[in-house]
Amino acid sequence: MELLQRNYFELMGLPTQFEIDLTLLDQHYRTLQSEVHPDRFVTASANERLQSMQVATQANEAYQTLKNTTARARYLLQLNGVETLEESNTAMPADFLMLQMEWREAIDDASAAKDVSALDALLIEIKQMAKVLSQDLSGQFAEKAYTQASESVRKLSFIDKISADINRAIEQLEN
Amino acid sequence: MALLQIAEPGMSAAPHQHKLAIGIDLGTTNSLVATVQSGMSTVLQDEHGHALLPSVVRYLEDGNIVIGHSAQAAQSADPKNTISSVKRFMGRGINDIPDTTHIPYKFRDTGAGMVQIETRAGIKSPVEISGEILRALKTRAEKALGGELTGAVITVPAYFDDAQRQATKDAARLAGLTVLRLLNEPTAAAVAYGLDNASEGVYVIYDLGGGTFDVSILRLSKGIFEVLATNGDSALGGDDFDHRIFCWILSEAGLPPLNQEDTRALLTKAREVKEWLSENPEAQITSVLSTGKLVNIKLTADKLVELTQTLVTKTLNPTRKALRDAGLTIEEIKGVVMVGGATRMPQIRQAVAEFFKQEPLTNLDPDKVVALGAAIQANVLAGNRSDDDLLLLDVIPLSLGLETMGGLVERVIPRNATLPLARAQDFTTFKDGQTAMSIHVLQGERELVSDCRSLAKFELRGIPPMAAGAARIRVTFQVDADGLLSVTAREQSSGVVADIVVKPSYGLSEDEITNMLKSSFGAAEQDKEARALREAIVDAERLMEAINAALAQDGHLLNANEKSAIESQVQALKTTSQGTDKDSIIEAVEALNHATENFAGRRMDASVKQAFAGQDLNKLEL
Repeated sequence: MELLQRNYFELMGLPTQFEIDLTLLDQHYRTLQSEVHPDRFVTASANERLQSMQVATQANEAYQTLKNTTARARYLLQLNGVETLEESNTAMPADFLMLQMEWREAIDDASAAKDVSALDALLIEIKQMAKVLSQDLSGQFAEKAYTQASESVRKLSFIDKISADINRAIEQLEN
Repeated sequence: MALLQIAEPGMSAAPHQHKLAIGIDLGTTNSLVATVQSGMSTVLQDEHGHALLPSVVRYLEDGNIVIGHSAQAAQSADPKNTISSVKRFMGRGINDIPDTTHIPYKFRDTGAGMVQIETRAGIKSPVEISGEILRALKTRAEKALGGELTGAVITVPAYFDDAQRQATKDAARLAGLTVLRLLNEPTAAAVAYGLDNASEGVYVIYDLGGGTFDVSILRLSKGIFEVLATNGDSALGGDDFDHRIFCWILSEAGLPPLNQEDTRALLTKAREVKEWLSENPEAQITSVLSTGKLVNIKLTADKLVELTQTLVTKTLNPTRKALRDAGLTIEEIKGVVMVGGATRMPQIRQAVAEFFKQEPLTNLDPDKVVALGAAIQANVLAGNRSDDDLLLLDVIPLSLGLETMGGLVERVIPRNATLPLARAQDFTTFKDGQTAMSIHVLQGERELVSDCRSLAKFELRGIPPMAAGAARIRVTFQVDADGLLSVTAREQSSGVVADIVVKPSYGLSEDEITNMLKSSFGAAEQDKEARALREAIVDAERLMEAINAALAQDGHLLNANEKSAIESQVQALKTTSQGTDKDSIIEAVEALNHATENFAGRRMDASVKQAFAGQDLNKLEL
C-alpha cells in the first residue's frame, strides 16, 4: 500500500516542512480517517480490515506528531537524519538551566502553599516561553540550522515535561 | 418507491438489502435494545410495552432463568439467586468490590481471577449473567425485527478498563451476538444528541448511570465525533445514592444488621425514595421488616442533598481532569448533555450547571439516549449507510504500561490517545545469558504496579544468550477500535525471533468461554461440527459479497490478468462453499484473502487520493 510508505506530512496531504497549516491538518486528518477508519470496514474482507487498522493507526500517530510543535520538530529533524537525543544530551545553556531551577522552585513553593492560581500563572509563563522557542524553530528550519533546531527541541521537550508536572501538581491540590 | 443506494468508497455493503443491526445499552440497573427503522432510531419494547429491561437475572428452582421485571420483583424474596447490578462485577476480582457485606450474594473468591457468584443453578461468572441479559435483548430484537441479526453494537462505560471490556465482549459471544463494535456510552449519547440537534462544537457528556460515572468531551464537526478526553469512575453511580439512603435509614431507625431479604427490600425502598424526591420535597419511608419491626421515617429532599453531597462532588473531579486533558476551559464548552437515570436528580443538575456556568441539556430521555446512539452506529457499521457521514473517533480511557525494575510502571500508551493505536517500546536483558523475560502489562494512571490493574503477565522465552543489555526486546501494544489490547513481544537483535501475542482476558480463558458456550447451547459434538461448518460458510459468503462489491466498484484498479485471477478464486470459493468440507472452505477463504491483498491496498490508496482531491476542490468552490 502506497499510503504506508508516506511520511507523516505526506500522509496528511501536507508539505514536509516545519510551518504547517493546523486547520488544514485537522481537516485532512478527518478526511483521511473518514476513508480508512476500521468502522468503515466492519463488514469488509480480512485484508481490508487489517489494512484499515494499519493506516488508521498510522494516521493517528501522524496527526498527534504533527499537531504538537515539539514532536513535529523532532520528527522533521529525524527525516533529515538528525536525532535530538533528548535522553542523553542534557547539556543546556546556563541561562536556561537557571530558568529551569527557578520554575522548579516556583512549583514547589506554590504546591506547599496550595496556591493553584500561582501554578496556573506559571503555566502561562512557560507557554509563552514555548511560543518563543517555536518561533526560533521556524527560522532554524528555514536556514537548515539543524544543530540549533535540536537544541530548541530539547528545550521544548523540557518545557513539556515541566508543564506536565505543573498539571499534576494542580491535580493533586484539587483532589 | 425504490431508492438507489450508492456505496461509499471502502464500503462493501450489498445494495438492496437492509441489514438488521441493533444497539444495546447493557446498563447496571436497566438495559435496552434499539434499532434504526426507516431512518429513525427506535427503542424496541417487550410484549408488555416495556422499553427498559431491568438488568436482573433470577435462577429458578426448576432450572429456568428469568430476566427483567419478574426477576426484579423476586429480588427480596430470593436475594441469593436473583442477581442485579452484575455490571459492577464485570472484569473484577473479589478485592475490587468495596463492600460485600451489604450485597446479598454468595461470592466465590477465585484468587486473581474474576469474582463468581454461587447460585442454586451453580457457580456463575458475571460474564454468564450478563450474557443472559444480552440474550433476552437479542430475542426481543429478533422477534420485533423478524429476522437474523447481522450484529450488535454494545455500549460500555468509557472508563471501563481492558478487563471490563473483554468481559463484555465475552458476554456477547455467550449470548450468540456478533459484536460490530464496543462503543463508549457517552460517545453513543453524543451521536444520538448531535445528530438530533445538528450540533457543531465542543460538548461535554456527563453520564451518571446506575453504577458507573463517565465524562467525555467531544468535538462535533460535520458528522465526525472526535473524543478529546474522557474520565470517570467505574464504581460510582445511582446505586451509591441508594446505598447512602439505606445507611441513613439503618441509623435513623436504629436497626440492627439486617438479613438479606430485609437488606434487599430496604435498598429497593431507598431507590424508590430517591426517585420520588427528584420531584417532591419529602418522602415517607414505611416498611415492615421480617422481624415484624415497623420502619416509618421521613426523608426530605434537602436531607438527601446533604447525605449525597460527597457523591456529587466525586463526579466533578474527573470532570476537571477531562477538561485539563482536553486542554479546554469551561468557556469553550458549547453544551453539556446529561445522560443516565441518575442525572434526573436535581442536585446533580444544579452541581453541573454551577460547574459549567450553563444549564445542562436534558431534552433527550437520559435512560434511552445511549441505546439510540448505539443503534445509529450499528446501522452505519452494518453497512446500511444513511446520508450522514458519521464517524466516531474514540480514545483509550486509561494509560497502558509495563512493569519495570522496582515495581514501577513504565507508561507505553498515555490515556486519551485516539483509537486504533500501536506503540512499541524497547527493553533489554539485565543479566548475562538471560534467555527469558517476564512481561507484565498494566493499566492505570498510578506509578506503582500495585496501584494499577494487572491485565496480563507472560514470559518471552528463547532469547539467545548474550551479554546483559545486548538483547533488544520490542514490546508492541496494539489497541483496536473496540479499545481492546493485544501485546506482542519480540527479540530482534539476533536472527532468532521469539514472538508471543497476548490478549488479556481477565480470569476467563478461551477454554472456559468455549465450555460456557457448550453448556449454554447444550451442544453435542455433532452440533459443534455443524455450527463450525455454518460459520465457515457465512464467512465465505461475506467475503465473496465484499469482494464482488469491491470488483464492481473498483475493478478498474486491476489489469485484466489480475482481475481474472481474483474472479477465478471467487469462483473456486463459491464451488467449495457449496460442499460440506469446512477445512477446504476455510482454505479457499484464505486463498481469496491472499489473492486480494494488493487490490485492497490499491483501493485504500485510491479512496484517500480521491477524498483529498474532492476536499481541495470543495475549497476552490468556497
